[in-house]
Amino acid sequence: MVIDISDLEFRWQTDAPTVLSIEALGVEAGECLFIKGPSGSGKSTLLSLLAGVTTAAAGTVRVMDQALESFSSVQRDHFRADHIGYIFQMFNLLPYLSMLENVMLPCRFSARRRAQALARGHGLEAEARRLLQHLDMDHAELHQRAVTTLSVGQQQRVAAARALMGSPELLIADEPTSALDADRRVSFIQLLFDECREVGATLLFVSHDAALEHLFDRTVDLAVTNKALSDRVEA
Amino acid sequence: MAILSLAWQSLRNRRSTASLTVISIALSVTLLVGVERLRTEARASFANTLSGTDLIVGARSGPVQLLLYTVFRIGDATNNMSWQSYQDIIAHPRVAWSVPISLGDSHRGFRVLGTTSDYFDRYRYARDRQLAVAEGQRFADLYDAVIGAEVAEQLGYRLDDSIVIAHGASDVSFARHDDKPFRVAGILARTGTPVDRTVHVSLEAIEAIHVDWQSGAPMPGISISAEQARTMDLTPKVITGALVGLKSKVATFQVQRFVNEYPQEPLSAILPGVALSQLWDLIGIAENALLIVSIFVVVVGLFGMLTALLTSLNERRREMAILRSVGARPGHVFALIMGEAGFLTLLGALLGLSLLYILLLTGQPLIESRFGIFIAIGGLSGHELILLGAVVSAGFLVGSIPSYRAYRLSLADGLSVRV
Repeated sequence: MVIDISDLEFRWQTDAPTVLSIEALGVEAGECLFIKGPSGSGKSTLLSLLAGVTTAAAGTVRVMDQALESFSSVQRDHFRADHIGYIFQMFNLLPYLSMLENVMLPCRFSARRRAQALARGHGLEAEARRLLQHLDMDHAELHQRAVTTLSVGQQQRVAAARALMGSPELLIADEPTSALDADRRVSFIQLLFDECREVGATLLFVSHDAALEHLFDRTVDLAVTNKALSDRVEA
Repeated sequence: MAILSLAWQSLRNRRSTASLTVISIALSVTLLVGVERLRTEARASFANTLSGTDLIVGARSGPVQLLLYTVFRIGDATNNMSWQSYQDIIAHPRVAWSVPISLGDSHRGFRVLGTTSDYFDRYRYARDRQLAVAEGQRFADLYDAVIGAEVAEQLGYRLDDSIVIAHGASDVSFARHDDKPFRVAGILARTGTPVDRTVHVSLEAIEAIHVDWQSGAPMPGISISAEQARTMDLTPKVITGALVGLKSKVATFQVQRFVNEYPQEPLSAILPGVALSQLWDLIGIAENALLIVSIFVVVVGLFGMLTALLTSLNERRREMAILRSVGARPGHVFALIMGEAGFLTLLGALLGLSLLYILLLTGQPLIESRFGIFIAIGGLSGHELILLGAVVSAGFLVGSIPSYRAYRLSLADGLSVRV
């Protein structure tokens, strides 16, 4: 299993109320999981826990068979750099780096992903170009432009290429299509699926757009799964 | 290294604001090191007002006072020394040369110095530079005067102009030696020393204009014309002081003791270098004030950088979240901002130094001709390097404030993107 959560409790401070409570959640390798839930249902909190930015107050969060709470914060940062690709809702790119440099960014922080990217092709730039080509972004005209002048859809594709660079096992996408129109949403998700399948990566896709749900292998509804939320509603 | 190259690329992306910060640091560095350089050179130039002279001899007084009236023409001698005493001193076997000096008269606010022609050979300033006659020649005739560059410039004198010497140091003196006018025989090149503000005449001329004077006033009923004076014995009876050169530096204290213990008359011999540095200590307070002001300018420059970095942090929280998402630790975020502060400071220091050297290269001839301060354009002195090191360290110290703030923000924000 790529993700194995059991008896998870999370609160921002020790005396604060629990904001996330999940009894059990497992994600198999290669699975494409759709995570939905209304605002405040703990989607971002769950992603922070999985990315190792925050740690659980109780229970365990195992990613790639590693209990993240047993790691130090530096080890969790290393773990994230080595194993997780992350796509934000929008504005994913560093404005002062070129498109290729943005894609190669994870290799600056992870020797493992750098080695894996190098193992795939003929150098980091070649691998970045290959990924961009898959996402239909490897055009000479695009390379010359500042990343801030790319359209939102183009920026999200560059972000996807960066998340896939160095073949991380887990890809986390936090509402990456919310700024795209309906047609582009589906095609973007299809691109993500293709890339994830090619490298055997697991995809966690967070969105509140129920129309996308049918595209995925499975759905986790945090309104149901997050007991802290249902307890609050009952109270 | 990865984070430093990111810091560099980030700065390049914000090159317009970064340039302004670099320029403000550069200007402050130019000012600081420039003031330090000028301070050192002015001090050296001051100390070199008189060089090559081993002892200054005069009537007994304090070293600074003797230096002030013999070299800087400031104040008056408490007493004169007799010509006989002077002869005894220069007869000392260790004395190599001497130049007698006679002060007490003036010309339109400029001091008149009676001396011998040796003065032009022996007087050295600014690390062994000799006086040069820019126009005309040294005094040949009894009533010839050689004037300093500033006297010529301020009073608009040219060669062969006639000048009248007044008795005493007063600017508007009613006691003038107008029966014995002088001719401007030579104009000296600018030295940046009190020589520029001096009218030089021969010792005999000083004697000649005073032959019919007594106790600072013309003797009633006696008038000796300029031509009559030529025929008289014009050997001086008293002089104000003398510059003395010795055969060997080792003999300095021996001759100094000889003069100080001279039995016939109370005299003083002083070491000009020691007296000059004593005098500089008195007037050197202004230079420290200047240095303190320029240190504050550097502080202001660095605060400019602090403001620029701090105000940019909020809009860069997204950038930090992106970096965190690809595995950057909060320490990396700290290093990123620190790297930027470091680059800004180092670039500012380098640009400031380049600017300083450009200014020195272009301004050197002007400063030398206008103020007589010769600025050597060499490498950085130890003290200047310490100042630069202090600026760079202060830059890093100031940079640590926004860096720490960015570190705290990235720790709190994690991967949540806030604007």
